[in-house]
Amino acid sequence: MSNKIIPWKNGIKDGIPIALGYFAVSFTFGIVAKKSGLTPFQAVFMSAVNLTSAGQFGALALIGTSATYLEMALTQLIINLRYCLMSCSLSQKFEAGAGWPHRFLVAFGVTDEIFGVSVCKAGKLNPFYNYGLMSVSIPGWMLGTFCGVVSGEILPARIISALSVALYGMFIAVIVPPAKGNKLLTGIIISSMLLSLLFAQLPILSQISQGFKIIILTVAIAGIAALLFPVKEAAHEG
Amino acid sequence: MRGNIYLYILVMAGVTYLIRLIPLIFMRKEIRNVYLKSFLYYVPYVTLAVMTFPAILSATANLWSALAGFGTALILAYRGGSLFKVSIVACLSVFIVELMV
Repeated sequence: MSNKIIPWKNGIKDGIPIALGYFAVSFTFGIVAKKSGLTPFQAVFMSAVNLTSAGQFGALALIGTSATYLEMALTQLIINLRYCLMSCSLSQKFEAGAGWPHRFLVAFGVTDEIFGVSVCKAGKLNPFYNYGLMSVSIPGWMLGTFCGVVSGEILPARIISALSVALYGMFIAVIVPPAKGNKLLTGIIISSMLLSLLFAQLPILSQISQGFKIIILTVAIAGIAALLFPVKEAAHEG
Repeated sequence: MRGNIYLYILVMAGVTYLIRLIPLIFMRKEIRNVYLKSFLYYVPYVTLAVMTFPAILSATANLWSALAGFGTALILAYRGGSLFKVSIVACLSVFIVELMV
């Protein structure tokens, strides 16, 4: 029993910053959704079943231009392809015997944030930890959407601005502690940030969408790092 | 003619879910290949670092508050603060700097 309840509670605790960050992002999404002509129910429904910020913003643009369903499907595939990479990484954290239902449920919650927090947990993945993360962050995502649609610009910009940093703060809290005293990881993290900055600044590279930039840099940097610094069997603590 | 909004939503939800699900279904065995294993080990660190920087610098109302949030998060994370603490204090520092600037 405690093998389920305790990880679930830990997930809820770690999920609170995700929920706050989601609230800020989805609040903005709600405002844009309203401007695109979606009803509150449609906007919240879209948030509930998709859980993807870039994908949802992209969808609004497509719906506005009366795109075909095929265009919608291809756009989502391209924008969200990075989740495929994340699920590959997450698949190795599963117990080999983990049943199908857990895989189907955990898959629904593979977002940048839930992935980042759960994959860096020590040891094997406990699905109930992911359910804990999901059970606060998904309502946060939906509530933010709802408030954005119905209240528009009522929430003070200061609050949204402050909450906007929550997700990044969380990412930093995930990657910095394991890098402490580990020169290799520190080097990889700093190079990743510098190359990401370079991609954002250089003329042609800055045209690449955020989703593809993440895929290109992840495959390149992790690929080179794996070649130069293969991880020993023992280093399984993650 | 505009398409049906609910069909659009279901199409995007279906595609997005499959992207997330397929690797979890088909990669059920532990990978033994050292190269692939190492690659997947490095993936989260690279992905999260790339997503954080430089995006964090333009997330808030101005660069100064963003730098305050970034710096605060780095220091607290280095000292081993929990996700919750690092995240909330970073938000607070953004809020305070924006009150001053």
